[in-house]
Amino acid sequence: MDETKLAISVDDLTVAYDYKPVLWDIDLAVPEGVLMAIVGPNGAGKSTLIKAILGIIKPIAGSVAIYGKPYEKQRKLVAYVPQKGSVDWDFPTTAIDVVMMGTYGSLGWIKRPGQKEKKASLEALEKVGMLSFKNRQISQLSGGQQQRVFLARALVQNASIYFMDEPFQGVDATTEIAIINILKELRKAGKTVVVVHHDLQTVPEYFDWVTFLNVKKIATGPVKEIFNDDNLTKTYGINYKVAVNK
Amino acid sequence: MTNPQIEIQLIASLVAVACAIPGVFLVLRKMALISDAISHAILPGIVIGFFITQDLNSPLLILLAAITGVITVVLVETIQKTNLVKEDTAIGLVFPALFSIGVILIAKNANDVHLDVDAVLLGELAFAPFDRLLVSGVDLGPKSLWVMGTVLLITLVLLFLFFKELKVSTFDTGLSSAMGFSPLVLHYGLMSVSSVTVVGAFDAVGAILVVALMIAPAATSYLLTSDLKKMLGLSICFGVFAAIAGYWLAHWLDASISGSMTTVLGLIFLLVYLFAPSKGLLAVLYRQKQQRKEVSLITFLLHLNNHSEEEERHINHLNEHINWKKLRSKGVLDFATKNNMIRIENDVVSLTEKGEEFTNLAIEYILTNKDEHIEHIKDDFFLFRG
Repeated sequence: MDETKLAISVDDLTVAYDYKPVLWDIDLAVPEGVLMAIVGPNGAGKSTLIKAILGIIKPIAGSVAIYGKPYEKQRKLVAYVPQKGSVDWDFPTTAIDVVMMGTYGSLGWIKRPGQKEKKASLEALEKVGMLSFKNRQISQLSGGQQQRVFLARALVQNASIYFMDEPFQGVDATTEIAIINILKELRKAGKTVVVVHHDLQTVPEYFDWVTFLNVKKIATGPVKEIFNDDNLTKTYGINYKVAVNK
Repeated sequence: MTNPQIEIQLIASLVAVACAIPGVFLVLRKMALISDAISHAILPGIVIGFFITQDLNSPLLILLAAITGVITVVLVETIQKTNLVKEDTAIGLVFPALFSIGVILIAKNANDVHLDVDAVLLGELAFAPFDRLLVSGVDLGPKSLWVMGTVLLITLVLLFLFFKELKVSTFDTGLSSAMGFSPLVLHYGLMSVSSVTVVGAFDAVGAILVVALMIAPAATSYLLTSDLKKMLGLSICFGVFAAIAGYWLAHWLDASISGSMTTVLGLIFLLVYLFAPSKGLLAVLYRQKQQRKEVSLITFLLHLNNHSEEEERHINHLNEHINWKKLRSKGVLDFATKNNMIRIENDVVSLTEKGEEFTNLAIEYILTNKDEHIEHIKDDFFLFRG
C-alpha cells in the first residue's frame, strides 16, 4: 500500500472505559479517496474508534496520524458528523446557524463568521436540498432533514476527510439516497469518507472499502475482496449469510 | 425618586443582567442545579475571605469565594465520575457539606461582625447604598455598584469574545472538541464566570435567590424564542424588568427587595409558561387537541375510502363501524363537512373529489412516513383546522 497516500493511519490504538477495553490494539490504514464503512455489532467500538481518531476520547495507548501528522495539527483537513442523537435538537437555533458552525473550526478562537461563511453555508444547504428550510428552528425539522443539515455542516468544513457516525439512522429512503449520492460525489472529488454503518445489505452498493470491527479489528480492505461470510461471521459471532451479491 | 432608590434599582438591574447571561448557558446545558450548588458552596470562601479582608466587597474575597465555587464543580464531577453515585446525588452531597462548613465558621468566629446566616441566605439590597466607595475622600457611589458593574463588564466581554465557542460546545460537544474548542476549558470558563457572578450578587440577593435570577429569566425566554441571541436578549430584559418591578413591589409591600424581585420573575415565568405562543402550555394542549381531531378525520376518511358498500357508510352506523362514541363521530363528521371533504346523500356519507384527493395523499404520507409533508398537505386542504 506504499504507493497510495494514506489518509488515516492508526497504530496499536487501545481505548478503555473504566479499565474495560472498548478498542483493543487497533491497526488501521485507510488510503486516500475511499468511501469506507465501519461495521460491527452494537458495542463493537465503532463510534469510539472515530472519536479516538478525532481526539474526543483519549486512548490509553497507540497513536493516530492524519496524512502522516497528529490530528491536532490537521484539524482543518477533517470534518465530523456525530450521531444525530448526540445533540439536543431543542437547542434554540436555526438550520443555517447549525451549518455555519461548520465554519468555526477554520475561523479558530474568537473570530466570528462573516458574509463569506454565510454564503458557503447557504451553498451547502442548497446542495443537500434544504435551502428553503434555512430559517427553520431545528426542532421543527424531520429526522431526515436534521441529518441533511448535519451533512451540510460537514460539507461547509471543506475537508479532505469526512467522518460520519451513523448518518443513515432514522432517515427516510429519499434522504438516504440523497446522502449517499453526496458521499459518492465527495469520493469522486478525491476525498476520503469514513462512515459508521449498520445496514449490512447496503454495504456493497454504497461503499468501496470496509472495516470489520468488534473490539478488535477483524479485517479491513476493499469491499470486493473482504466483504464475505467468513469475515461477517468472525465479526458478528454467528454464522452469517449475506443475502446480497451471493 | 431619591438617590439611594435609584442606586438600589441600578444595582438590582446589574445583578439581574450579570446573572441572566451565564444562566442562559446553564439552562441550555441542563446544569441549572449546579448554580444552586455554587451559590451555597461559596459560603466558606466568603467567610474566610471576610476574616482576611473584613470587607464583603473586596476583590480578594470575591476571588476566594469564586474559587470555592469552581472547587464545588470539580468535587461534584469527581464524585460522579466514580459512577458510585448519580450527578444529582453528588450535587446534594457536596454543597450542603461546604455550606455547613461556612455556617460553622460564622457561628464560631463572626458573632460580632456584620455577617450572619440570614444575610448570607437572603442578602439585603436596601443596605447596599450605605457602603460607599471613597477614593481620596471623593464619594464614587455604592461599592456593590462598582463590584457588580465590574463583574458584568467581564461577563459581557467574555460573552462577546467567546459566544461562538460557547454556542458550539453547548450544542455539540463532539464537534466542538474535534474542532479544537476544548469543551473542558469552556465548561470551566463558564463555571468560573458563574461563580464570580454568584459571589458578586450574593451580597445583594443572597444565596437562595441568586439561583432564581440565573435560572428563571433563561427558562422563561427559552419558551419564547428559538434563537440563542434573542434568548440572551430576552433573559436580560426579564431580569431588568424583574429588578425594577421587584423594587417597587417591595416598596409598596414594605418587604424584602430580593424576595419581591424573585416573585416578579416567578410570575413572569408562570404567565409565559401558560401563554407562550408556540411552546406555552395552552398552545401545546390546543395543538394536541387539533392533532387528535385531524388524525380522527384521516381515520374516518380512510374508512370511507376503503368501503364502497353503502351500509358501511350509513350515517347512523358509522360510529359502530369505527368504534367511536357518538359525540366524537359527530364532531368528526362536522369537521369533514366544514372542510368540504364529504357529502351526505340519503344519510349515506361519501368522499367528495377533494376528500378523495386528500385521502390518497394522506395514505401516501402514512406509507412513506415523510412527516415533513403532512403539514403541507393539511395547509393545502383544510379550510378550518381541528
